[in-house]
Amino acid sequence: MDFEPNSEQQMLIDQVRRFVREEVIPLEAKLDPDASELPDEDFKRLTDKTKAMGLFGIDIPKEFGGPDIDIVTRVLLAIEMAQHRAGLYVPCYGTFGGAGLAQIFEANEDQKERYLYPTLRGEKKPFFGLTEPSGGSDPARAIQTKAERKDNGWVLNGAKLFISGADRAQYGIVFARTDASKGRNGITCFIIDSDTPGFHVRRVVHTLRSSSYATELEFKDCWVSDHQVLGEVNKGFAVANARLTRQRIPYAAGCIGVAIAAHEMAIEWAKMRSTFGEKLANRQAVQWMLVDNEIDIRTARHFTLEAAEKARRGLPFRIEASIAKLTASEGGGRVVDRSMQIHGGMGMTKDLPLERWYREMRIRRVGEGPSEVQRMVIAREILGSNLR
Amino acid sequence: MAIRLRLDKPWQPLTPEQATRLPGQLGVYQIADANGTVLYIGHAGGRSPFGLRSELQREAKDRGPGCQFRVEVNMQYRTRWFELLMVHQADHGALPPDNAKNPPPLGRLSPA
Ligand SMILES: Cc1cc2nc3c(=O)[nH]c(=O)nc-3n(C[C@H](O)[C@H](O)[C@H](O)COP(=O)(O)OP(=O)(O)OC[C@H]3O[C@@H](n4cnc5c(N)ncnc54)[C@H](O)[C@@H]3O)c2cc1C
Repeated sequence: MDFEPNSEQQMLIDQVRRFVREEVIPLEAKLDPDASELPDEDFKRLTDKTKAMGLFGIDIPKEFGGPDIDIVTRVLLAIEMAQHRAGLYVPCYGTFGGAGLAQIFEANEDQKERYLYPTLRGEKKPFFGLTEPSGGSDPARAIQTKAERKDNGWVLNGAKLFISGADRAQYGIVFARTDASKGRNGITCFIIDSDTPGFHVRRVVHTLRSSSYATELEFKDCWVSDHQVLGEVNKGFAVANARLTRQRIPYAAGCIGVAIAAHEMAIEWAKMRSTFGEKLANRQAVQWMLVDNEIDIRTARHFTLEAAEKARRGLPFRIEASIAKLTASEGGGRVVDRSMQIHGGMGMTKDLPLERWYREMRIRRVGEGPSEVQRMVIAREILGSNLR
Repeated sequence: MAIRLRLDKPWQPLTPEQATRLPGQLGVYQIADANGTVLYIGHAGGRSPFGLRSELQREAKDRGPGCQFRVEVNMQYRTRWFELLMVHQADHGALPPDNAKNPPPLGRLSPA
């Protein structure tokens, strides 16, 4: 496979790179180092620019009016979009719009009208509610939130933990156990409106990602009608799995973008900073750190583009997506760590984005399936799917 | 250790002298009137030159005598600030008056 961008992709890459460097990074000089939002007037101005570039709503499929961007090109652009301080979790502060979690491919026509299209238009925001206090790596066994049949609908009771954005969302995709005797075949996916009686955002969960928090949810006799079932009853696990697998590719791309930005900073610094009468760049110890950065970045980029290319061709990409997520999150963490080391004390300060990347990149080894789970997915593929 | 949702430390008079004694760390703070009614919830972020000290010195200068304050040193000043605002909104049905003039984007929280 040839992963060199073609001329059309290169043009888009250059356009986005310019946007990040000329529009986004200068604004960050004035923002709080942990900020995740732009002031309204800047957000509007930048969104107008992405619209003029024809790239607004970047994740919206063509049939719903989005730009016609395949997943490989999307990965190349995601790598560019992450190359600024807030870029790992809020690439370009959301000014490219995008469907994000609204990719509820299992939605029926009625659900598309009520949830998918308003989300694509930017009118509604969703959250993704899978993880529970009892665990997130193995949701098939850990999910304890129950949904019981009542009055042509379902009553949900239980809790969710670490749910991002639930307090600001208008609805969420929530997984609950509908048949306790059936393990992974007893989980159903529900669409829950945030104003449904019995739905509560109980607390903020503070993490290393101090720019934006996660939340803890409680469902207390929360009744929803049958119209809120996404996909089929007891087939929710497949909905979660499909989404998690798809999500691993852009997740990896964000890690690569930040790693590239950190690496570029480290190269600049090493060329400029002298100790003991010599530039850092002339020290073999520093050169080797930079070489290891380069190898980590190229490895992650290769595997992520391979996963994207397989997805683009409609081939199975589960194992590739896991390898991409692993190499990008683990390699990205190492790159940021080495880049901080090369910067010395400055690398630890809030003057530079490295410390934010370091904290946020650490979460990437746990979020969207921890490294151990990715290794398990790969092990199952190479050893045989009957391995459980 | 139990997570403390609300800032419930004793109030201190908001004077330039008290503010000068504060640490230069990052964190969150509340300003109240003489009766203890919260007027404003703020934070000392990564761009404050001397963290809480700078912010409270500025508050003391801008507001003059008659107010009180309390602080919490917290490196997660931003998410803690959002949390305190949402808890205040849940407890009182509205933001503190000086936050309500220019409210940040907030979610809904219903603490147990
Ligand atoms: C900032 C943040 C935001 C998040 N946002 C969301 C969200 O929006 N929605 C959502 O649903 N979840 C979200 N999560 C949750 C995240 O997906 C889970 O934390 C993750 O899936 C791991 O689940 P857990 O924390 O319960 O760890 P557990 O499942 O308890 O596992 C603990 C650790 O054990 C290890 N482990 C697990 N299985 C194995 C194994 N078989 N062999 C060896 N080691 C193993 C892993 O290292 C794992 O990290 C978020 C988490 C964070 C930190």
